[in-house]
Amino acid sequence: MMKERSRIQILINWLGPFLGLILVLIIFSSIPEVQDRFLRISNLKSVATQSVIVALGALGMTFVIVSGGIDLSAASNIALASVITAFAINAGLPPLLALLLGVWTGGIVGFANGVLITSLRLVPFIVTLGMLGIARGVAKWIAGNQKIDAPITWVNELMAKSPRPSWMLLAPGVWIMIVLAVIMAVILRYSVFGRHVFAIGSNEATARLCGIRITQTKILVYTLAGLFCGLGGVMEFSRLTVGDPTVAVGLELDIIAAVVIGGGSLSGGAGSILGSMIGVFIMSFLRNGCTMMGWPNYIQEIIIGAIIVVAVALDQIRHKQESVSK
Amino acid sequence: MLESLSSYPVLLQMEQISKSFGATRALDAVNFDLRRGEVHALIGENGAGKSTLVKILSGALKPDSGRMRLEGSPFFPLNPLNSRKSGISMIYQELNLAPDLTVEENIMLGREIHRLGFLQRKKTLQEVRRALELIHHSEIHPHLPVKKLSVGVKQIVEISRALVGETKILVMDEPTSSLTLEDTKRLFEIIGRLKDQGVSIIYISHFLEEVQEVADRFTVLRDGKKIHTGPMEDASLDDLVQMMVGQKFVEMFPRVEHTVGDVLLRLNGLKGRKMQAGVDLSLRRGEILGVAGLIGAGRTETLRAVFGLDHIERGSLTVGGVKSIKGAAWTRISQGMGLLSEDRQEEGLALSLSIADNLTLSCFSPYQRFGLLNLKRRKKVVEKNIERIKIKAQDPHQPVFTLSGGNQQKVAFGRLLHQNAEILLLDEPTRGIDVLSKSQIYEWMGKLAVEGKAIVFVNSLVSVIRSQFSIGGNLSIFVQPANVIPKVS
Repeated sequence: MMKERSRIQILINWLGPFLGLILVLIIFSSIPEVQDRFLRISNLKSVATQSVIVALGALGMTFVIVSGGIDLSAASNIALASVITAFAINAGLPPLLALLLGVWTGGIVGFANGVLITSLRLVPFIVTLGMLGIARGVAKWIAGNQKIDAPITWVNELMAKSPRPSWMLLAPGVWIMIVLAVIMAVILRYSVFGRHVFAIGSNEATARLCGIRITQTKILVYTLAGLFCGLGGVMEFSRLTVGDPTVAVGLELDIIAAVVIGGGSLSGGAGSILGSMIGVFIMSFLRNGCTMMGWPNYIQEIIIGAIIVVAVALDQIRHKQESVSK
Repeated sequence: MLESLSSYPVLLQMEQISKSFGATRALDAVNFDLRRGEVHALIGENGAGKSTLVKILSGALKPDSGRMRLEGSPFFPLNPLNSRKSGISMIYQELNLAPDLTVEENIMLGREIHRLGFLQRKKTLQEVRRALELIHHSEIHPHLPVKKLSVGVKQIVEISRALVGETKILVMDEPTSSLTLEDTKRLFEIIGRLKDQGVSIIYISHFLEEVQEVADRFTVLRDGKKIHTGPMEDASLDDLVQMMVGQKFVEMFPRVEHTVGDVLLRLNGLKGRKMQAGVDLSLRRGEILGVAGLIGAGRTETLRAVFGLDHIERGSLTVGGVKSIKGAAWTRISQGMGLLSEDRQEEGLALSLSIADNLTLSCFSPYQRFGLLNLKRRKKVVEKNIERIKIKAQDPHQPVFTLSGGNQQKVAFGRLLHQNAEILLLDEPTRGIDVLSKSQIYEWMGKLAVEGKAIVFVNSLVSVIRSQFSIGGNLSIFVQPANVIPKVS
């Protein structure tokens, strides 16, 4: 009886975030004004493409949040990486090298976050808040406070809505996102590193007691998050075809919101890649649907704000019930 | 002394007090009385009902049945404020001070003297001075922010706060759990002064040696029932432990035959960052080394320095014949050491993680390949361990916070078994758990000693360590130098 109940509980926990996504899909596909446009393949494709950057950021952010940290510098990091990529292509570097340079830049910023957090023993909020300003400032500095134009290369096709060859169906960026999500989900759940991240986020003192190398693990977590922001920055450049240092302002909050909607706990020790990805798509479909309805921007903002609060409140109620029922 | 004590007038009577929480009977027709100017110790294991009883007295809980009389007249506190106004004050285990406010503001918090909402500074200061003088600590400056004070002085502020207005009964719940030896002595002096002024004190503590020193009478609770009330002088430590744990005490410390082998761990003048003095110690295979002493004597700090959790300042440390001074926790684990933390909630366990994760966290290597874990294989091993250490659980993936205290402690202890530690550093391994779990952990300690593991066993009750003695007859009691050694008769 108890066992059966806990199995149902597990199922509900697993389905919880899915239900939110399904609800959003049902709502918009039942509104007559938008239903045929909303469910059109081309729309789904464009929603997927629009989600890529936030999704990449959320992959890294999930690790950071599960470890009990936060990365407020994510969006600035994305902007910096996009500027660096554009700068490199403009300087005549081969596109692949420019792409790697962009990703690598993100990694450096993340690594710096990790080193500062562990060596100065400052809270991640403060360090990454500082980095939010620093990375944005450096991006503007490198770009000379304006957009960097770069010649069109294959890098710009990463985010093309109708990819070539057409059998790819989705933009290469979307495929990259899916593959990376699967890899990160496996790492978070089935790797020693992933378990260590959970342990640190759940109780750092316990993790230390069990011989987990806290400093190394944390630096790795923030570096990983930075690398994903770097890749996000490359995608941003690919989408815009310019390196824009003022792009993605405030996007870190979308990324954090996606992780939190997907069950990540800001106090650490909880979260999943699948959940975070669902969080990303809940927000993307909401934006998409609201735009189709012709609702103004502020309505979207209000709805998404409400969703964040409701999602986390529901999550908390669920956990409370769990602990009471035992 | 005894005659004079029994001639003290009875101040408080609690008669046939019962209280249930759901199906658990927290108090079952408990009688309790308190005389004017006495220190009455309330002792019992966790869950015995001590806190429930004093919460009823303070008005925080309402009894299901029973009566209370204060100075002969019926007493029904409706809420804590109500009971406070009747002269009953509480001091809790964890200090309840606002760190940024001053001594004066903390002492008067909630009872500010004012006129039309404006504080009357002069009168306030007078009252604060009076409260501090009452316990002979007028040297504490009323305008210092509390965060600048040491833990011991904070406690004095806390006591002064309890003395604002008229106080007849002062309830102290584990007042010494975070105090050093010196602060504890000072606290006992204060208690003496309060007694002289006719204040009655209900003293709750796990540290029986302390209770013996400070209390006039004691009442033992077990499983919500009153077991005994009597004068402190007539009871030995063993009597008290026996009454607290009941019949099962006899079978709690099983005798096993085993031999002692080579030295596994040797400390020479080892001094960690938080220790007052260096420590010499040697630990052999098959030995259970008891470490006694009050909190602040350096027990926990010694273990932490050995295990690489605290920085070692000087001295040497030899593991299995090899000098190894520098070492973080992972080095120690690889050398075959394991530490059981005294605080399973804050440090010992990651409460939101599963039993499986907590049990295997210090040793993933058997399930690991290219950095990935074989969770199926791990689950099988964990299930075996759950059975072996008798953890009551439904599922290895159940989060640890859903388990009872005793079962949680078995998970923390089981981690050392799982990593197959050769040197087990056990810091209060049976603190705050039920009797059955306790006896199971003692049984395991015996088994491990037979297998030739080396065990350091920290416990604040010397009586418990002495009983443990019977496991093999190889016990050294080691107490930090320059500290009070609890009486061992």
